[in-house]
Amino acid sequence: MHIIENGNAAAALGVKLCRAGVIAAYPITPQTPLTEKLSEYVESGDMKAQYIPVESEHSALAVCIAASSAGARAFTATSANGLLYMHEQVQWAAGARLPIVMCVVNRAVGAPWNVWNDQQDSISQRDTGWIQIYCSDHQQIIDAVIKAYWIAEKVSIPIMVCYDGYILSHTFMPFDLPDQEKVDAFLPPFNPDYALNPMEPANLNTVTLPDVRLDVKGELAHGYMEIRYLLQEDLRKTIAVAADAEKRFTEVFGRGGDPYVEPYRCDDAEYVAVGLGSMTYQMRVSVDALRKEGLKVGVMGVRFYRPFPDEAVASALKGKKGVIVFEKAISYGYEGALMSDLKSALYEHLAGTGLLPSVQNFIAGIGGREIKTDDLTQTLRAATQSRVSKEPVWIGLKL
Amino acid sequence: MGTRNYRRKTSHSENGPGDGGRTGSWRVERPVIDRNLCIPCKRGKEACFICWLFCPDIVISRTIPPTINLEYCKGCGICAEECPTKAITMVDEAKFAEEDKE
Repeated sequence: MHIIENGNAAAALGVKLCRAGVIAAYPITPQTPLTEKLSEYVESGDMKAQYIPVESEHSALAVCIAASSAGARAFTATSANGLLYMHEQVQWAAGARLPIVMCVVNRAVGAPWNVWNDQQDSISQRDTGWIQIYCSDHQQIIDAVIKAYWIAEKVSIPIMVCYDGYILSHTFMPFDLPDQEKVDAFLPPFNPDYALNPMEPANLNTVTLPDVRLDVKGELAHGYMEIRYLLQEDLRKTIAVAADAEKRFTEVFGRGGDPYVEPYRCDDAEYVAVGLGSMTYQMRVSVDALRKEGLKVGVMGVRFYRPFPDEAVASALKGKKGVIVFEKAISYGYEGALMSDLKSALYEHLAGTGLLPSVQNFIAGIGGREIKTDDLTQTLRAATQSRVSKEPVWIGLKL
Repeated sequence: MGTRNYRRKTSHSENGPGDGGRTGSWRVERPVIDRNLCIPCKRGKEACFICWLFCPDIVISRTIPPTINLEYCKGCGICAEECPTKAITMVDEAKFAEEDKE
Protein backbone atom coordinates (compact mmCIF):
# COMPACT_ATOMS: atom_id res chain seq x y z
CA MET A 1 0.00 0.00 0.00
CA HIS A 2 1.38 3.41 -0.93
CA ILE A 3 1.10 6.06 1.74
CA ILE A 4 2.42 9.58 2.21
CA GLU A 5 4.14 10.11 5.54
CA ASN A 6 7.24 11.67 7.05
CA GLY A 7 10.54 9.87 7.51
CA ASN A 8 10.14 9.37 11.24
CA ALA A 9 6.75 7.73 10.64
CA ALA A 10 8.36 5.49 8.02
CA ALA A 11 10.89 4.34 10.64
CA ALA A 12 8.16 3.83 13.26
CA LEU A 13 6.04 1.81 10.84
CA GLY A 14 9.07 -0.33 10.06
CA VAL A 15 9.65 -1.03 13.74
CA LYS A 16 5.97 -1.89 14.17
CA LEU A 17 6.03 -4.26 11.19
CA CYS A 18 9.12 -5.95 12.67
CA ARG A 19 7.15 -6.61 15.87
CA ALA A 20 9.80 -5.15 18.17
CA GLY A 21 9.06 -6.32 21.71
CA VAL A 22 10.78 -3.63 23.75
CA ILE A 23 11.17 0.05 22.89
CA ALA A 24 13.09 2.41 25.12
CA ALA A 25 13.91 5.87 23.91
CA TYR A 26 14.40 9.40 25.15
CA PRO A 27 12.97 12.13 22.94
CA ILE A 28 15.41 14.43 21.18
CA THR A 29 14.97 16.68 18.18
CA PRO A 30 14.64 15.62 15.34
CA GLN A 31 14.00 12.03 16.45
CA THR A 32 11.05 12.92 18.74
CA PRO A 33 8.13 12.22 16.34
CA LEU A 34 9.49 8.70 15.81
CA THR A 35 9.34 7.81 19.50
CA GLU A 36 5.99 9.58 19.86
CA LYS A 37 4.59 7.46 17.05
CA LEU A 38 5.85 4.26 18.65
CA SER A 39 4.44 5.18 22.05
CA GLU A 40 1.06 5.81 20.37
CA TYR A 41 1.16 2.38 18.72
CA VAL A 42 1.92 0.72 22.05
CA GLU A 43 -0.67 2.79 23.95
CA SER A 44 -3.42 2.01 21.43
CA GLY A 45 -2.60 -1.68 21.38
CA ASP A 46 -1.66 -1.60 17.67
CA MET A 47 1.72 -2.80 18.74
CA LYS A 48 2.22 -5.49 21.35
CA ALA A 49 5.39 -4.20 22.90
CA GLN A 50 6.68 -2.76 26.12
CA TYR A 51 7.44 0.93 25.83
CA ILE A 52 9.82 1.75 28.65
CA PRO A 53 10.17 5.48 29.36
CA VAL A 54 13.65 6.40 30.56
CA GLU A 55 15.38 9.48 31.91
CA SER A 56 18.26 9.51 29.42
CA GLU A 57 19.66 8.00 26.25
CA HIS A 58 22.26 6.12 28.28
CA SER A 59 19.40 4.36 30.06
CA ALA A 60 17.46 3.89 26.82
CA LEU A 61 20.21 1.78 25.35
CA ALA A 62 20.87 0.08 28.69
CA VAL A 63 17.22 -1.04 28.69
CA CYS A 64 17.60 -2.32 25.12
CA ILE A 65 20.78 -4.19 26.10
CA ALA A 66 18.94 -5.89 28.98
CA ALA A 67 15.88 -6.63 26.84
CA SER A 68 17.95 -8.03 23.99
CA SER A 69 19.96 -10.16 26.45
CA ALA A 70 16.65 -11.59 27.66
CA GLY A 71 15.67 -12.49 24.09
CA ALA A 72 13.47 -9.54 23.12
CA ARG A 73 13.67 -7.69 19.82
CA ALA A 74 14.68 -4.24 21.02
CA PHE A 75 14.56 -0.81 19.42
CA THR A 76 15.76 2.64 20.28
CA ALA A 77 16.36 5.88 18.42
CA THR A 78 18.25 9.06 19.03
CA SER A 79 20.10 12.02 17.53
CA ALA A 80 23.22 14.10 18.10
CA ASN A 81 24.07 14.68 21.76
CA GLY A 82 21.66 11.91 22.77
CA LEU A 83 23.73 9.46 20.77
CA LEU A 84 26.89 10.81 22.34
CA TYR A 85 25.35 10.47 25.79
CA MET A 86 24.75 6.75 25.16
CA HIS A 87 28.23 6.27 23.68
CA GLU A 88 29.41 3.96 26.48
CA GLN A 89 26.41 1.70 26.00
CA VAL A 90 26.86 1.86 22.22
CA GLN A 91 30.23 0.19 22.64
CA TRP A 92 28.77 -2.25 25.14
CA ALA A 93 25.94 -3.40 22.85
CA ALA A 94 28.48 -4.27 20.15
CA GLY A 95 30.86 -6.12 22.49
CA ALA A 96 27.89 -7.99 23.98
CA ARG A 97 26.83 -8.91 20.43
CA LEU A 98 23.21 -7.85 20.83
CA PRO A 99 21.14 -7.37 17.65
CA ILE A 100 19.57 -4.06 18.66
CA VAL A 101 18.37 -1.73 15.92
CA MET A 102 18.70 2.00 16.52
CA CYS A 103 17.61 4.80 14.25
CA VAL A 104 19.97 7.75 14.29
CA VAL A 105 18.18 10.81 12.96
CA ASN A 106 21.27 12.75 11.93
CA ARG A 107 21.83 16.09 13.62
CA ALA A 108 24.82 18.33 14.35
CA VAL A 109 26.48 17.99 17.75
CA GLY A 110 27.26 20.77 20.21
CA ALA A 111 29.08 23.04 20.88
CA PRO A 112 27.74 25.43 19.78
CA TRP A 113 24.22 24.16 20.29
CA ASN A 114 22.46 23.32 17.04
CA VAL A 115 19.45 21.17 16.23
CA TRP A 116 19.80 21.02 12.46
CA ASN A 117 21.09 18.31 10.18
CA ASP A 118 24.58 17.08 9.52
CA GLN A 119 26.07 13.62 10.05
CA GLN A 120 28.74 14.27 12.66
CA ASP A 121 26.75 12.31 15.28
CA SER A 122 26.67 8.90 13.61
CA ILE A 123 30.06 9.35 11.93
CA SER A 124 31.57 9.89 15.38
CA GLN A 125 30.24 6.41 16.30
CA ARG A 126 31.82 4.77 13.27
CA ASP A 127 34.38 2.76 15.23
CA THR A 128 32.11 1.31 17.91
CA GLY A 129 31.53 -2.05 16.22
CA TRP A 130 27.99 -1.28 15.05
CA ILE A 131 26.80 -1.78 11.50
CA GLN A 132 25.79 1.54 9.88
CA ILE A 133 23.28 1.93 7.06
CA TYR A 134 22.56 5.35 5.51
CA CYS A 135 19.18 6.10 3.90
CA SER A 136 18.39 8.53 1.11
CA ASP A 137 14.58 8.49 1.11
CA HIS A 138 11.60 7.25 3.10
CA GLN A 139 11.35 3.94 1.25
CA GLN A 140 14.93 3.23 2.18
CA ILE A 141 14.23 4.10 5.83
CA ILE A 142 11.36 1.65 6.29
CA ASP A 143 13.11 -1.04 4.21
CA ALA A 144 16.40 -0.51 6.05
CA VAL A 145 14.73 -1.02 9.44
CA ILE A 146 13.25 -4.33 8.27
CA LYS A 147 16.52 -5.48 6.70
CA ALA A 148 18.44 -4.28 9.75
CA TYR A 149 16.69 -6.72 12.10
CA TRP A 150 17.31 -9.56 9.66
CA ILE A 151 21.02 -8.78 9.36
CA ALA A 152 21.53 -7.91 13.04
CA GLU A 153 19.95 -11.14 14.24
CA LYS A 154 21.89 -13.17 11.67
CA VAL A 155 25.28 -11.88 12.78
CA SER A 156 24.50 -10.80 16.37
CA ILE A 157 25.70 -7.27 15.82
CA PRO A 158 23.67 -4.09 16.46
CA ILE A 159 22.76 -1.76 13.61
CA MET A 160 22.32 1.99 13.27
CA VAL A 161 19.87 3.03 10.58
CA CYS A 162 20.89 6.62 9.86
CA TYR A 163 18.80 9.23 8.06
CA ASP A 164 19.08 12.98 7.74
CA GLY A 165 17.22 15.06 10.31
CA TYR A 166 14.41 17.26 8.88
CA ILE A 167 15.42 16.65 5.26
CA LEU A 168 14.10 13.09 5.65
CA SER A 169 12.71 12.91 9.19
CA HIS A 170 10.20 15.75 8.83
CA THR A 171 9.42 15.84 5.12
CA PHE A 172 6.53 13.93 3.59
CA MET A 173 7.09 11.51 0.76
CA PRO A 174 5.13 8.68 -0.80
CA PHE A 175 6.43 5.19 -0.08
CA ASP A 176 5.24 1.63 -0.09
CA LEU A 177 4.12 0.33 3.30
CA PRO A 178 4.86 -3.40 3.18
CA ASP A 179 2.18 -5.91 4.18
CA GLN A 180 2.56 -7.42 7.63
CA GLU A 181 2.38 -10.94 6.14
CA LYS A 182 5.31 -10.19 3.86
CA VAL A 183 7.38 -8.77 6.71
CA ASP A 184 6.55 -11.86 8.79
CA ALA A 185 7.62 -14.05 5.88
CA PHE A 186 10.88 -12.15 5.55
CA LEU A 187 11.73 -11.71 9.22
CA PRO A 188 11.33 -14.75 11.48
CA PRO A 189 10.70 -14.22 15.21
CA PHE A 190 13.84 -13.39 17.20
CA ASN A 191 15.13 -16.63 18.58
CA PRO A 192 18.62 -16.15 19.99
CA ASP A 193 21.01 -18.97 20.92
CA TYR A 194 21.02 -17.70 24.46
CA ALA A 195 18.60 -15.61 26.47
CA LEU A 196 18.81 -14.65 30.12
CA ASN A 197 16.93 -17.13 32.24
CA PRO A 198 16.56 -16.74 36.03
CA MET A 199 16.62 -20.53 36.40
CA GLU A 200 20.08 -20.69 34.85
CA PRO A 201 22.06 -17.76 36.17
CA ALA A 202 25.00 -16.65 34.07
CA ASN A 203 27.66 -13.99 34.06
CA LEU A 204 27.59 -11.86 30.94
CA ASN A 205 30.50 -9.61 30.04
CA THR A 206 32.06 -9.56 33.48
CA VAL A 207 35.75 -8.78 33.88
CA THR A 208 37.40 -10.67 31.03
CA LEU A 209 41.11 -11.09 31.39
CA PRO A 210 43.72 -10.18 28.80
CA ASP A 211 44.52 -13.84 28.24
CA VAL A 212 42.36 -16.94 27.77
CA ARG A 213 41.54 -18.92 30.92
CA LEU A 214 39.66 -21.97 32.12
CA ASP A 215 36.11 -21.22 33.15
CA VAL A 216 34.26 -22.86 36.05
CA LYS A 217 33.46 -25.88 33.88
CA GLY A 218 37.09 -26.31 32.88
CA GLU A 219 36.43 -25.09 29.35
CA LEU A 220 38.87 -22.64 27.85
CA ALA A 221 37.11 -19.28 27.75
CA HIS A 222 38.05 -16.47 25.38
CA GLY A 223 40.10 -13.58 26.60
CA TYR A 224 39.06 -10.01 25.80
CA MET A 225 41.20 -9.97 22.67
CA GLU A 226 39.56 -13.09 21.21
CA ILE A 227 36.08 -11.66 21.80
CA ARG A 228 36.99 -8.39 20.12
CA TYR A 229 38.66 -10.17 17.21
CA LEU A 230 35.51 -12.24 16.65
CA LEU A 231 33.49 -9.01 16.43
CA GLN A 232 35.83 -7.69 13.75
CA GLU A 233 35.78 -11.01 11.88
CA ASP A 234 31.99 -11.17 11.93
CA LEU A 235 31.68 -7.54 10.85
CA ARG A 236 33.77 -8.33 7.77
CA LYS A 237 31.57 -11.39 7.11
CA THR A 238 28.51 -9.13 7.44
CA ILE A 239 29.33 -7.62 4.04
CA ALA A 240 28.32 -10.93 2.42
CA VAL A 241 25.33 -11.31 4.77
CA ALA A 242 24.03 -7.91 3.62
CA ALA A 243 23.99 -9.18 0.04
CA ASP A 244 22.02 -12.21 1.18
CA ALA A 245 19.57 -9.97 3.03
CA GLU A 246 19.12 -7.80 -0.04
CA LYS A 247 18.48 -10.85 -2.24
CA ARG A 248 15.85 -12.27 0.12
CA PHE A 249 14.28 -8.86 0.56
CA THR A 250 13.99 -8.46 -3.20
CA GLU A 251 12.40 -11.90 -3.49
CA VAL A 252 9.73 -11.06 -0.90
CA PHE A 253 9.06 -7.38 -1.60
CA GLY A 254 9.98 -7.05 -5.24
CA ARG A 255 12.38 -4.16 -4.74
CA GLY A 256 16.00 -3.87 -3.81
CA GLY A 257 19.31 -3.48 -5.50
CA ASP A 258 22.92 -3.13 -4.56
CA PRO A 259 23.12 -3.31 -0.76
CA TYR A 260 26.41 -1.37 -0.62
CA VAL A 261 26.35 1.48 -3.10
CA GLU A 262 23.69 3.23 -5.15
CA PRO A 263 25.20 4.54 -8.39
CA TYR A 264 23.37 7.04 -10.61
CA ARG A 265 24.59 7.61 -14.19
CA CYS A 266 27.97 6.18 -13.16
CA ASP A 267 28.50 3.57 -15.89
CA ASP A 268 30.13 5.88 -18.44
CA ALA A 269 30.96 8.64 -15.97
CA GLU A 270 34.48 10.05 -15.82
CA TYR A 271 33.85 11.83 -12.53
CA VAL A 272 31.74 10.43 -9.72
CA ALA A 273 30.46 12.29 -6.67
CA VAL A 274 30.21 10.10 -3.57
CA GLY A 275 28.33 10.72 -0.33
CA LEU A 276 26.09 9.36 2.39
CA GLY A 277 22.34 9.87 2.63
CA SER A 278 19.90 12.35 1.13
CA MET A 279 22.55 14.67 -0.35
CA THR A 280 23.35 12.01 -2.97
CA TYR A 281 19.74 12.16 -4.22
CA GLN A 282 19.88 15.95 -4.40
CA MET A 283 23.13 15.57 -6.32
CA ARG A 284 21.26 13.66 -9.05
CA VAL A 285 19.76 16.98 -10.11
CA SER A 286 23.27 18.42 -10.46
CA VAL A 287 24.40 15.37 -12.38
CA ASP A 288 21.48 15.70 -14.82
CA ALA A 289 22.28 19.40 -15.32
CA LEU A 290 25.97 18.76 -15.93
CA ARG A 291 25.22 15.88 -18.27
CA LYS A 292 23.28 18.36 -20.42
CA GLU A 293 26.47 20.43 -20.59
CA GLY A 294 28.23 17.32 -21.86
CA LEU A 295 30.13 16.53 -18.67
CA LYS A 296 30.35 12.82 -17.96
CA VAL A 297 29.47 12.84 -14.28
CA GLY A 298 27.60 10.50 -11.97
CA VAL A 299 26.80 10.20 -8.28
CA MET A 300 27.07 7.26 -5.94
CA GLY A 301 25.55 6.96 -2.49
CA VAL A 302 27.23 4.66 0.00
CA ARG A 303 24.36 2.85 1.72
CA PHE A 304 26.38 0.46 3.84
CA TYR A 305 29.12 2.35 5.66
CA ARG A 306 30.21 -0.06 8.40
CA PRO A 307 31.42 -2.67 7.74
CA PHE A 308 32.91 -0.72 4.83
CA PRO A 309 32.22 -2.48 1.52
CA ASP A 310 35.69 -1.64 0.21
CA GLU A 311 35.61 -4.04 -2.73
CA ALA A 312 32.23 -2.82 -3.99
CA VAL A 313 33.29 0.81 -3.63
CA ALA A 314 36.63 0.30 -5.37
CA SER A 315 35.08 -1.73 -8.15
CA ALA A 316 32.40 0.92 -8.78
CA LEU A 317 35.04 3.67 -9.01
CA LYS A 318 37.69 1.73 -10.91
CA GLY A 319 39.09 3.65 -13.88
CA LYS A 320 37.21 6.89 -13.16
CA LYS A 321 39.21 10.06 -13.70
CA GLY A 322 38.10 11.59 -10.45
CA VAL A 323 36.10 10.86 -7.33
CA ILE A 324 34.61 13.79 -5.45
CA VAL A 325 33.52 13.02 -1.91
CA PHE A 326 30.81 15.25 -0.40
CA GLU A 327 30.35 14.92 3.35
CA LYS A 328 28.23 16.37 6.12
CA ALA A 329 30.82 15.46 8.73
CA ILE A 330 34.56 15.59 9.19
CA SER A 331 37.19 13.74 11.14
CA TYR A 332 38.45 16.92 12.75
CA GLY A 333 42.12 17.51 12.15
CA TYR A 334 42.21 15.65 8.84
CA GLU A 335 39.37 15.20 6.34
CA GLY A 336 35.96 13.58 5.91
CA ALA A 337 35.79 10.07 7.38
CA LEU A 338 34.24 8.68 4.19
CA MET A 339 37.04 10.33 2.19
CA SER A 340 39.69 8.50 4.23
CA ASP A 341 37.85 5.18 4.01
CA LEU A 342 37.35 5.59 0.30
CA LYS A 343 41.00 6.49 -0.34
CA SER A 344 42.04 3.45 1.65
CA ALA A 345 39.77 1.16 -0.40
CA LEU A 346 40.96 2.64 -3.70
CA TYR A 347 44.61 2.29 -2.69
CA GLU A 348 44.10 -1.29 -1.51
CA HIS A 349 42.31 -2.48 -4.64
CA LEU A 350 43.61 -0.23 -7.41
CA ALA A 351 47.14 0.93 -6.53
CA GLY A 352 49.52 0.13 -9.36
CA THR A 353 46.77 -0.80 -11.81
CA GLY A 354 46.67 2.58 -13.55
CA LEU A 355 42.95 2.71 -12.70
CA LEU A 356 43.30 4.79 -9.56
CA PRO A 357 41.10 7.92 -9.70
CA SER A 358 42.17 11.26 -8.26
CA VAL A 359 40.19 12.27 -5.15
CA GLN A 360 38.84 15.48 -3.68
CA ASN A 361 36.82 16.19 -0.58
CA PHE A 362 34.07 18.75 0.02
CA ILE A 363 32.34 19.41 3.31
CA ALA A 364 28.78 20.74 3.10
CA GLY A 365 25.68 21.37 5.14
CA ILE A 366 27.39 21.45 8.55
CA GLY A 367 24.90 22.37 11.30
CA GLY A 368 22.05 22.51 8.81
CA ARG A 369 23.62 25.10 6.47
CA GLU A 370 21.40 24.94 3.41
CA ILE A 371 22.91 22.92 0.59
CA LYS A 372 21.81 24.62 -2.60
CA THR A 373 21.65 22.38 -5.64
CA ASP A 374 23.29 25.19 -7.65
CA ASP A 375 26.24 25.13 -5.25
CA LEU A 376 26.57 21.36 -5.67
CA THR A 377 26.40 21.74 -9.44
CA GLN A 378 29.07 24.46 -9.48
CA THR A 379 31.30 22.55 -7.09
CA LEU A 380 31.01 19.36 -9.10
CA ARG A 381 31.67 21.22 -12.34
CA ALA A 382 34.77 22.93 -10.89
CA ALA A 383 36.02 19.62 -9.48
CA THR A 384 35.95 18.04 -12.92
CA GLN A 385 38.12 20.87 -14.34
CA SER A 386 40.93 20.69 -11.79
CA ARG A 387 41.77 19.58 -8.31
CA VAL A 388 40.54 22.44 -6.18
CA SER A 389 42.56 21.70 -3.06
CA LYS A 390 44.44 18.98 -1.23
CA GLU A 391 42.57 19.96 1.93
CA PRO A 392 38.83 19.40 2.23
CA VAL A 393 36.93 22.43 0.95
CA TRP A 394 33.92 23.69 2.89
CA ILE A 395 31.13 24.67 0.54
CA GLY A 396 29.34 27.96 1.14
CA LEU A 397 31.62 29.13 3.94
CA LYS A 398 31.15 32.85 4.68
CA LEU A 399 34.27 33.84 6.60
CA MET B 1 44.35 -27.11 29.05
CA GLY B 2 40.64 -27.62 28.52
CA THR B 3 38.62 -27.48 25.34
CA ARG B 4 37.72 -24.09 23.93
CA ASN B 5 34.09 -23.09 23.91
CA TYR B 6 33.78 -21.85 20.34
CA ARG B 7 30.02 -21.44 20.42
CA ARG B 8 30.28 -18.26 22.45
CA LYS B 9 31.39 -15.04 20.89
CA THR B 10 30.89 -13.04 24.04
CA SER B 11 32.11 -13.15 27.59
CA HIS B 12 29.65 -15.62 29.02
CA SER B 13 30.13 -17.89 31.98
CA GLU B 14 28.28 -19.58 34.75
CA ASN B 15 28.36 -18.62 38.38
CA GLY B 16 31.04 -20.36 40.31
CA PRO B 17 34.39 -19.97 41.97
CA GLY B 18 37.09 -19.14 39.51
CA ASP B 19 34.91 -17.29 37.02
CA GLY B 20 37.21 -14.32 37.31
CA GLY B 21 40.38 -16.43 37.31
CA ARG B 22 42.53 -17.35 40.36
CA THR B 23 41.65 -14.25 42.29
CA GLY B 24 43.02 -15.60 45.60
CA SER B 25 46.33 -13.91 44.84
CA TRP B 26 44.61 -10.51 44.90
CA ARG B 27 43.87 -10.90 48.61
CA VAL B 28 45.39 -8.47 51.08
CA GLU B 29 43.29 -9.62 54.04
CA ARG B 30 42.03 -13.15 54.69
CA PRO B 31 38.62 -13.87 56.26
CA VAL B 32 38.96 -16.12 59.31
CA ILE B 33 35.86 -17.69 60.90
CA ASP B 34 35.63 -17.93 64.71
CA ARG B 35 33.67 -21.17 65.23
CA ASN B 36 32.75 -20.11 68.76
CA LEU B 37 30.71 -17.24 67.33
CA CYS B 38 29.52 -18.76 64.01
CA ILE B 39 25.78 -19.64 64.29
CA PRO B 40 25.72 -22.97 62.35
CA CYS B 41 28.91 -24.06 64.18
CA LYS B 42 27.50 -23.20 67.60
CA ARG B 43 24.09 -24.78 66.98
CA GLY B 44 25.37 -27.68 64.93
CA LYS B 45 22.57 -27.22 62.41
CA GLU B 46 21.95 -25.49 59.10
CA ALA B 47 21.21 -21.88 59.94
CA CYS B 48 22.23 -18.35 59.06
CA PHE B 49 24.69 -18.84 56.14
CA ILE B 50 24.61 -15.10 55.55
CA CYS B 51 28.29 -15.29 54.53
CA TRP B 52 27.46 -17.93 51.89
CA LEU B 53 24.56 -15.84 50.64
CA PHE B 54 26.51 -12.62 50.32
CA CYS B 55 29.83 -13.89 48.95
CA PRO B 56 30.00 -12.35 45.46
CA ASP B 57 32.45 -14.98 44.26
CA ILE B 58 30.53 -18.00 45.60
CA VAL B 59 33.59 -19.30 47.41
CA ILE B 60 31.98 -19.94 50.82
CA SER B 61 30.37 -23.36 51.28
CA ARG B 62 26.94 -23.88 52.77
CA THR B 63 28.33 -26.42 55.27
CA ILE B 64 28.96 -26.80 59.00
CA PRO B 65 31.41 -25.21 59.45
CA PRO B 66 31.31 -22.93 56.41
CA THR B 67 34.60 -23.16 54.51
CA ILE B 68 36.24 -20.53 52.36
CA ASN B 69 38.00 -21.47 49.13
CA LEU B 70 41.13 -19.37 49.49
CA GLU B 71 42.27 -20.08 45.95
CA TYR B 72 39.50 -17.78 44.70
CA CYS B 73 38.56 -15.61 47.72
CA LYS B 74 39.86 -12.15 46.80
CA GLY B 75 39.43 -10.84 50.32
CA CYS B 76 36.70 -8.30 49.67
CA GLY B 77 35.49 -8.58 53.28
CA ILE B 78 31.78 -8.58 52.51
CA CYS B 79 31.31 -11.79 54.58
CA ALA B 80 32.96 -10.15 57.60
CA GLU B 81 30.81 -7.05 57.14
CA GLU B 82 27.57 -9.05 56.89
CA CYS B 83 28.15 -11.70 59.60
CA PRO B 84 25.50 -10.97 62.27
CA THR B 85 27.68 -12.27 65.13
CA LYS B 86 30.98 -10.75 63.93
CA ALA B 87 32.40 -14.25 63.69
CA ILE B 88 34.53 -13.38 60.67
CA THR B 89 37.57 -11.17 60.96
CA MET B 90 39.83 -9.97 58.19
CA VAL B 91 43.44 -10.82 58.99
CA ASP B 92 46.44 -9.31 57.20
CA GLU B 93 47.87 -11.83 54.71
CA ALA B 94 51.39 -10.79 55.81
CA LYS B 95 50.73 -12.62 59.08
CA PHE B 96 50.09 -15.91 57.24
CA ALA B 97 53.11 -15.34 55.02
CA GLU B 98 55.29 -15.01 58.15
CA GLU B 99 53.74 -18.16 59.63
CA ASP B 100 54.52 -20.02 56.40
CA LYS B 101 58.17 -18.97 56.71
CA GLU B 102 58.39 -20.32 60.25
